[in-house]
Amino acid sequence: MSRLKLPPWLVLLLPAIIILMAVVLVPLVLSFYSSFTAYQLTRPDSLTKWIGTFNYRKAAGDANFWWAFGRTVLLLTIALNLEMLLGLGLAVMVSKVTTGQRLLRTAMMFPMMFSPVLVGFQFKFIFNDNVGLVNNALQSLGLTDVAIPWLVDGHLAMFSIIFAEIWTSTSVFAILILAGLYAIPQDPVEAAKVDGCTPWQSFRFVTLPFLMPFIYIAMAIRSLDVARAYDIVQIMTNGGPARRTELLWTLIGRTAYVDARMGYANAMGYIAILLSIFFTIYFFRKLTAARSELGMGV
Amino acid sequence: MASNAEHRLRKRLLRIAHLTGLFLAMSLICLPGLWIVLNSFRPTVEIMAKPPVWIPNSLNLDHYRAMFGGVGEGGVPVLTYFRNSLIISVTSTLVALLVGMAGGYAFARYRFKGKAALFVGLMATRAVPGVALSLPLFIIMARAGIIDTHFGLILTYVALNVPFTVWLIDGFFRQVPRELAEAAEIDGCTRWQAFWKVEFPVARAGIASAGIFAFLTSWNEYALASQLTRSVNSKTMPVGLLDFTSQFTLNWGGMCALAVLMIIPALVLTFLVQKHLIAGLTFGGVKG
Repeated sequence: MSRLKLPPWLVLLLPAIIILMAVVLVPLVLSFYSSFTAYQLTRPDSLTKWIGTFNYRKAAGDANFWWAFGRTVLLLTIALNLEMLLGLGLAVMVSKVTTGQRLLRTAMMFPMMFSPVLVGFQFKFIFNDNVGLVNNALQSLGLTDVAIPWLVDGHLAMFSIIFAEIWTSTSVFAILILAGLYAIPQDPVEAAKVDGCTPWQSFRFVTLPFLMPFIYIAMAIRSLDVARAYDIVQIMTNGGPARRTELLWTLIGRTAYVDARMGYANAMGYIAILLSIFFTIYFFRKLTAARSELGMGV
Repeated sequence: MASNAEHRLRKRLLRIAHLTGLFLAMSLICLPGLWIVLNSFRPTVEIMAKPPVWIPNSLNLDHYRAMFGGVGEGGVPVLTYFRNSLIISVTSTLVALLVGMAGGYAFARYRFKGKAALFVGLMATRAVPGVALSLPLFIIMARAGIIDTHFGLILTYVALNVPFTVWLIDGFFRQVPRELAEAAEIDGCTRWQAFWKVEFPVARAGIASAGIFAFLTSWNEYALASQLTRSVNSKTMPVGLLDFTSQFTLNWGGMCALAVLMIIPALVLTFLVQKHLIAGLTFGGVKG
């Protein structure tokens, strides 16, 4: 009997592959299958009831689903771009400080340690219309005497959620961009100064291109768990008021666990999964491109 | 001369703008957390007061006492949640580190076909949103009878952390020169010995920070835990936070106290490894 000899790299990677197969891939195959059935959590026998692409067609014709989809993409676009800009600004400000930089850097990482659920509760408390910090401050300063319904009004609720999301994730960008700023070689920056560039020009044409890979790393890291917004929304508004802050993920969770319609939820879940994976691959591609542009990658 | 004075004025204005901006940004970052900490020490009457009480006139430990006081009178079994969180996070971190070390070493030291594709594939598994993954996992774990157990959640968290630990550890092993291990092998070490005696010690600090990152992910995770845990058997602290809510009321003070308990370990750990963590992410990403 000849023993199958595996190459060493495969042996080393095998545990990782096996565990990801068991916990991620196999469940995904199951959810793919069940998205073609009328599976309901309360009736296990319905798992074998094949209904073809009915769930997908239903999702395609479901206005709630498309609203949630559009809102998710909108939220991610606004949040990621603002986080990037604010993170860049914060990193530049911190890098210009001469004393106490260590302390600032540590404080900057503060929000990263917060569990997203905790962030949700924290901002639910802060934006509470009755006892929240924001309304208390506005009223004490005499700017308003009505209780502003931060989490009850549709638009304001969306604003509050985006605020919370940006609060947690800006530091990821800031920290990584700061690391990039430290790593910039000084020669090109000084050459630009000698050649008569204004500070803005040397930032735009020398510093920024160098920072791009770092920005893409941050984007790639963030895209790995964009769905952390689920926790925040779930706690702060639970998709309300009247579905005005419903995201794909909260819609899926509600359909699956509250309505117990697993098959339909899995069909929507698959669309959410493809969206996330698309984001991830897109940013990893960008990262590779930015890297080779700087001649760093092998 | 005039332009010189103007230049100086401009410089001073810029400096003031810089410091104000920095101060505002830092207040925005720090205030929400400090507000939570402050409220964990205030009696509920004061939290709910209208008009608001800005200068606290009685700080006490009531919420902490109630929290640790056990299950009586609407209390939440915080210590049990804390223990569950600790067991699950530590075990899953250790396993994810071992698996990640093997995988990261393979990516850093071997050349093989389809390496880039395999790497992105590994990362893509991490991108699957927790809620979407929780549905099929819930079905499978319910069938296998491991729902609401430590084991089920540990397994899930290992899978959640492996892509990230592989990525980080890969970056750290790349920083260790290949010649170092080769020299050890020439001196008569086996590859295994070379790894443990030469490469591992050099990359140790980086591996530790990958571990802390994994620990924090497990410690803070909610979307999966909220579906895969049911009772005090396995509920973790993020899920436990919801025990302070009932349909119409929220026990803000108690919740703030539990929040503080959750943040402290995270704070200490992050503080310890911040330097290595940034290095790991950037080296792994930029030079990978």
